[in-house]
This record gives sequence, structure tokens and C-alpha cells, in this order.
Amino acid sequence: MRAIITVTGRDSMGIIAKVSGECAQFGANIIDISQSVLKEYFAMIMLCEIDSLAIPFTEFVDKMSELGHKCGLEIRTMHEEIFNSMHRI
Amino acid sequence: MTEILETINMIREENLDIRTITAGISLYDCVSEDAARFCDNIYDKITHVAEKLVKTGCDIEKEYGIPIINKRVSVTPLSLVGGKLTSDGYVMAAKALDRAAKTLGINFIGGFTALVQKGFTNSASALLDAIPQALSETSLVCSSVNVASTKAGINMDAIARVGKIMRDLAYLTRDDNSIGCAKFVVFANAVDDNPFMAGAFHGAGEAEAAINVGVSGPGVVYSAIKRAGDCPLDELAELIKKTAFKITRMGQLVACEASRRMNIPFGIVDLSLAPTPAVGDSVARILEEMGLEMCGAHGTTAALAMLNDAVKKGGVMASSHVGGLSGAFIPVSEDEGMIAAAAAGSLTLEKLEAMTAVCSVGLDMIVIPYDTPEAVICGIIADEVAIGVVNTKTTAVRLIPAYGKKIGDSVNFGGLLGYAPVIDVNMRSPERFIKRGGRIPAPLHSLKN
Repeated sequence: MRAIITVTGRDSMGIIAKVSGECAQFGANIIDISQSVLKEYFAMIMLCEIDSLAIPFTEFVDKMSELGHKCGLEIRTMHEEIFNSMHRI
Repeated sequence: MTEILETINMIREENLDIRTITAGISLYDCVSEDAARFCDNIYDKITHVAEKLVKTGCDIEKEYGIPIINKRVSVTPLSLVGGKLTSDGYVMAAKALDRAAKTLGINFIGGFTALVQKGFTNSASALLDAIPQALSETSLVCSSVNVASTKAGINMDAIARVGKIMRDLAYLTRDDNSIGCAKFVVFANAVDDNPFMAGAFHGAGEAEAAINVGVSGPGVVYSAIKRAGDCPLDELAELIKKTAFKITRMGQLVACEASRRMNIPFGIVDLSLAPTPAVGDSVARILEEMGLEMCGAHGTTAALAMLNDAVKKGGVMASSHVGGLSGAFIPVSEDEGMIAAAAAGSLTLEKLEAMTAVCSVGLDMIVIPYDTPEAVICGIIADEVAIGVVNTKTTAVRLIPAYGKKIGDSVNFGGLLGYAPVIDVNMRSPERFIKRGGRIPAPLHSLKN
């Protein structure tokens, strides 16, 4: 199973480090990262494998969102299937 | 990448959501001669079968990042399983449904329903008598009555009775803006698998249980049309179809997932455009973006007809089973653009009636003056169900003759039920017509065999 993590907010130092650190802590394996900075605005999309998560996926969603609150970012973690089902036949 | 951003934008900026996951539950095995035992049976069955509904809904919401606004239960029309219940017995049963809904933590429970399109059974008659008290003494129970069908014609005696029920409900819930009327709907050609309230029930031919899902997304369609600019209408129709496809695919995913987790078979996805009073979540604003100065202007019915058709065409390929009411809803108090158009006098009752001929579902959440005579209410209902019967479609009437309110006033129900100005009604009397009673025969095209 794979999840998409999207991170948006004002750019600052160490965003990727913080997010990937949290992923590693809970056992989410990062497969791909796409990132861009437009003016001061930071946007990142991460594709993660979540088969060996140490905690239930719903808790992982909360943990990532809490991290976002702490860092002034918006972090959404969504099951990959929602994107596949919406855009692929 | 663009697909991911598009999905997230739909959810974040354009109010895309799953409007409801509704668990349909059969109550056939709850029948009992004893009213108290019957109530225990239905309470136990509902709370057992739908035990995981709210948790499942919340889990899916979190894992997929898609808001699921309502979790609901619909049950077999109570008049089919009530046996010899008196109207007092039916009030008890409504309270049992209410208790079950509160135990589960769901938003509404539907199925306090009678099917009387051709005539009354004793049981249906007792249930009808119980509706005003049952709905005014419970908070989560929704009730519906099917008074007509293309096959059976129009039961005018039933229309006379439901007109009185609406007035009684308005009076009994007068301290709360006559909110009882928001939980009561009158149907022609009611459908068995509708997940939307107030008209949801688990029809006579349905399975033991089923998961039905209603999607929403007027904001997404609105934004897509806005981005398209001044293109021809056939291009616009294509765009709406593509958008509806995406919305519905999400509904299908959620329905299948809920079905798997609750171990209840998947029923249908309702291809709906269901508005809310929030800005940016309005069907009326879609019509205006299509090129109307204001909803209700001449051209509104044509625009709505195209929108409704395109939503169905786009949605139907996205889901394995489509059902329910499927189409664009036009509940006045629940749609910010409709509210504005009604307040400005652009959207009249007559125009709304015309619009219901080409969309789902009917005259919905319309506040009328409290002094509207019963016969006039019955006349409005008769007109609306006639549209359904003759056009072989579902139509419905949910009117609120709000206590003490007159033209110029407005009523606020709060939450998703929204707010609305009192709309003008033609008060000329159809009383003699209504008092004739009897049945309007089924139209010729009911004879298809």
C-alpha cells in the first residue's frame, strides 16, 4: 500500500528533513519526492510505502498533521487509492 | 503530480465531499405482535448491524483524506413491518429508532415511512396518524410517504392527509422554526435505495442490508465551468461529464471500502449534486455561471436540464451500480445561490416546480407562509406528484409552513438545513378539487406490458 503526503506552506530551512524524519520514525518508506518553491511558497509531494508502518495508518495521518501544525505547514496524508480511482479507468 | 494537486484542490477549495454513507437495514425479522417487543427488536437489530458505521466512516475519511459529512441508517418502511401497531405503537417505534440513532452516533435515521400510492392498509393509516407526534418528539427520525406512482396513479385521499400532517408538524414544532417539516417528505415514485434524507428508506425488495453512498460536489462543477469560459454548451456538457465522473469514482471507492470493512454488500452510488448553504457549494451558482443573470431567470430550466443529464452521463460509467435519486438537487434553504435568488424574488414557487420536471428531486426545503391553507398545500403536493407520475420520475415535496411566518420573514434552521426566505404562494383555493378525494388513475404509459 502506498500513501501520498503533500506538504504546503511558507518555505523554511529543513522542511524535508523534518517530514522524512517523521516518516522514518514510523516506518514509512519514501519512494519518490517532488518539490517546488514558488516565491516563498513551498510545495512537496511524497510517495511513501506504508506496508511496514509501526502504527495504524489513521494514527500516522494524525502524527503527520500534528507535525504540520508545529512547523506552520499543512501536511496531508492520503491513501494513494483515492487518486488512482479518480483519475484512472 | 497535476492529478494529485487537482484532487487536493477539489477537496480543499471546492468543497468536494462524500455527502452520506447510508446503511440500509431490513427490519422484516423484527416483526412482533407486541409493540414493546417490536421496539426492542428494531433497536437491537439496527444497533447491531450498523455498529461499525460511524467508526468506518471516520476511518475512511481520515485515510483517504476525503470528508464524509453524514453517516445515516435507512430501514424497511415501518408500515410494512408494524403489523397491528396502533398510532401510539408507532410513536413508540419512532422513539426506538431515535434511541438507536443516538446510540450509533449517526446523523439521521430514515424509514418512518408508509407506501400508500394506491390505498391505505390499516398499518399505514396508523403510521400516518402517528407522524406529527413521532417527529415532534424525536430528533433524528425522518419520515416519508409515497402518495403516487406512475403504475398506481395519485392517491388524492393520501394527499389530503399529508397536507394536514405538514400543518400539524409545523404547529407542534413551532418553538423550533417548525423544523419537524424538514424531516418529512412526500413522494411520487419513491426509490428503494435512496441514501438521502428525509426520504431514505430500505425498500421492500432490498437485501438484508446494503451500503448506499451519496456524493456531492457542486463547487467542483462550478469551478470547472468557470475555468472553461464562454465555450459552446456541448463543450460545457462534456466538461460536466468529466467532472461528474471523477466525483463519482471517489464515491464508488468509498462505497466499496465501507462495504468491505462493515461486511455489508455494496448497494448503489447516488450520482448527486447536493448543495449546502456554504458559499461555493451551490447548484444555483452553477446555473448562473452557465450564463444566467440569476437563478430563476428564463433559461434556468434548460440549463438545469443539461446539468442534470451531464451529471448522470458522467457518473454512470464511474460506478458499478447507480441508483437512488441521482441528479442535481435544488433544496432552496440548503443552497446559498437559491436562497439569494428566492430572496431577490427571481426564484418563484412556479419556477421551482418547472425545474423539478428536469432534475432530481422536487420542491425541497421551501418555506411558505404559515397561513397557507391546508387545501393550497395539498394542491402544491398534487401538482408536484403529477409531474413525477406523468414523467415516470421521482418527485418529492418538503414544504415548511413555518409557524407565525409571513412573506418578508426568513427562517434559519441551522447547519446543513440552512436558512430561507418565506416564498410567495398563490392562495387561490383548490379546495373543491382536493375534497373530491379518490384516486387519479395511472397515466396511459403505465400500461407497458
